[in-house]
Amino acid sequence: MRHIISILIENEAGALSRVAGLFSARGYNIESLTVAPTEDPSLSRMTILTWGSDEVLEQITKQLNKLVDVVKVVDLSEAAHVERELMLIKVRATGKDREEMKRMADIFRGRIIDVTESTYVIELTGASSKLDSFIAALDAGLILETVRTGVCGIGRGDRILKV
Amino acid sequence: MISGAEIVIRCLQEEKVDYVFGYPGGSVLHIYDALFKQEDVKHILVRHEQAAVHAADAYSRSSQKVGVALVTSGPGVTNTVTGIATAYMDSIPMVVLCGQVPTQYIGQDAFQECDTVGITRPCVKHNFLVKDVKDLALTIKKAFHIASTGRPGPVVVDIPKDITAQVCEFDYPKSVQMRSYNPVVKGHLGQIKKAVQILQEAKRPIIYTGGGVILSDAAEKLTTLARKLNFPVTNTLMGLGGYPATDKQFVGMLGMHGTFEANNAMHFADVILAIGARFDDRVIGNPEHFGEEKRRVIHIDIDPSSISKRVKVDVPIVGNVNDVLDEILKLIDGGFTADSEVADWWKQIDEWRGRNSLAYRQSEHIMPQYVVEKLYEVTGGDAFVTSDVGQHQMFAAQYYKFDKPRRWINSGGLGTMGVGLPYGMGVLLANPGSQVACVTGEGSIQMCIQELSTCKQYELPIKIINLNNGMLGMVRQWQEMFYSKRYSQSYVTSLPDFVKLAESYGHVGMRIERPEDVEPALRKAFTEYKDRLVFMDFIIDPGANVFPMVAAGKGLTEMILAEDI
Ligand SMILES: Cc1ncc(C[n+]2csc(CCOP(=O)(O)OP(=O)(O)O)c2C)c(N)n1
Ligand SMILES: [Mg+2]
Repeated sequence: MRHIISILIENEAGALSRVAGLFSARGYNIESLTVAPTEDPSLSRMTILTWGSDEVLEQITKQLNKLVDVVKVVDLSEAAHVERELMLIKVRATGKDREEMKRMADIFRGRIIDVTESTYVIELTGASSKLDSFIAALDAGLILETVRTGVCGIGRGDRILKV
Repeated sequence: MISGAEIVIRCLQEEKVDYVFGYPGGSVLHIYDALFKQEDVKHILVRHEQAAVHAADAYSRSSQKVGVALVTSGPGVTNTVTGIATAYMDSIPMVVLCGQVPTQYIGQDAFQECDTVGITRPCVKHNFLVKDVKDLALTIKKAFHIASTGRPGPVVVDIPKDITAQVCEFDYPKSVQMRSYNPVVKGHLGQIKKAVQILQEAKRPIIYTGGGVILSDAAEKLTTLARKLNFPVTNTLMGLGGYPATDKQFVGMLGMHGTFEANNAMHFADVILAIGARFDDRVIGNPEHFGEEKRRVIHIDIDPSSISKRVKVDVPIVGNVNDVLDEILKLIDGGFTADSEVADWWKQIDEWRGRNSLAYRQSEHIMPQYVVEKLYEVTGGDAFVTSDVGQHQMFAAQYYKFDKPRRWINSGGLGTMGVGLPYGMGVLLANPGSQVACVTGEGSIQMCIQELSTCKQYELPIKIINLNNGMLGMVRQWQEMFYSKRYSQSYVTSLPDFVKLAESYGHVGMRIERPEDVEPALRKAFTEYKDRLVFMDFIIDPGANVFPMVAAGKGLTEMILAEDI
């Protein structure tokens, strides 16, 4: 099962490697990991996309909680939440492809944020599956470069992760 | 205003640290200078940093205080890694203070620089790099706090040299609050009630306890509880001494080299009360085989991640073992009636006991089991016994009946050869005047043999019981049993003359070759040479093997017994 783990962690040097090290040492999967300080600069929020059985997930949350720098851990996917990922994708945009690229970006509600004579950079935000579909919808030969942030997520409504 | 180096020492004084085990070097020279100018904190100069950490570790194991080691940057630190990992695996509270190159050199491959925080990260409970002298005292306070609370463990503090030279006001906090670190102490009362209910229904109960009982100083409470319940008790290798081994309710150690009765009772129990133990692979054998029996498991542990990790638990109780046992005792204070079928269970256990699975063959040579039995007699069962790793370790665990906690000092989790002698040093310094025996093998003892010199310097009268089979016996046993006797690299040739070796370090050496000389030699060592380190080289039957044995991948009940061979 796919899970999104959200972590509040002390914003200290090395905090990221403690988490990353834990995952590699214990053989847990990391599909994506994002981290940045929160509105309180002494805390970072990390989002990890992982998968595993219920037992593995139980261990992952317990082991994360055991890290001395970790303040809180929640499995966002246990309840209602929203998730987003951002992608920047550079595509070839020449001749008739130029118009087609613009049209595809519009359909997926992407924005063209850089334009040259032969390329576009398209910014796209959404659930990871939407980004996947966008990539699938393009002619693979026209994709020059992609970069994705990895998933970040937040609980819906009253579900709040705070100290 | 005082210097960072002085702050380090003041912190140790505040923590009432009486011994620091260490080895000097460039990046800790300021600290050593500050150490020189006072007398409260005494320094034990080892001969290798690995031994400093092992000694600090055993100091803690045998006293419940936090052990402290001090080493220099680079190689000083890398030499400590085995010791730190050993302590980590057995959850031993320890603070390791490491020198580091000056702050402005970090990251430049400076002389004797290494990424201490990076190298030690996977084998510490936590580690710190001090970046400002103003943070130094608080960081050390946190280190002691983290090391000794919750599930204990080693904490490393990496201190750049320039920080030890800078000055600031010294203010040692009385306590620390950390929003990210608040270990649970009290168990959940609802869960505890549920557990008591299940204990009352149990027909084939067993109390299975590990190092957690020792670490939380709960041996007495465990004994009270077990007696009230009249349930059988088994200990893990780390849990020995948590329950008196000479008590009739004790069924012995369980696991790979556990007794026939302990392993069967564990396997066929319908209720397991697990206390401060973690169902590791050396304890339950093949988990699938173990899972074949239907049973209910109550698990008390301070570390939630130890619960339901390898065996599904029905009633998890997260909390400090000592506090949780208190609650259970309160609940059953009014009286506890066990199920009437428990009497039949005891009959079954006695039948298993009748197999006498620790019986061993006689020989014209000295049998190692016999040496440990005699050691037990000569020391009145009251010695601290440190050990290394191998057959001798298992013999010590099986045949020395530990009635008290913190008397059996060995590397259970990591299984580190070489710990025995430095462990003896730590134990003696924490318990001056007590009898300390180091049961070792000719392979293991050579891994930290240089510490004979430290023992001379500080006059540490350890009694080394070298069960010399001329082989890496435990390796040889596996090769004999599972590799068609292809003894690949398990012979230890070119052994030193241990008697002369001991003498050259200024100690007493003895070689014992005949069974009838075993007891007199031991007596002599513990009386006439009471105040000397005695190296007793027992030339033992090289074919002696450890039984019972649950081979790797086998189930707990699929033991090989000595009588099968
Ligand atoms: C540092 C280290 N290296 C290797 C091993 C693997 N090992 C386990 S027992 C053993 C043999 C120990 O020989 P000895 O100390 O003579 O004890 P014996 O088994 O003969 O009693 C070895 C090599 C280990 N546990 N630790
Ligand atoms: Mg040997």
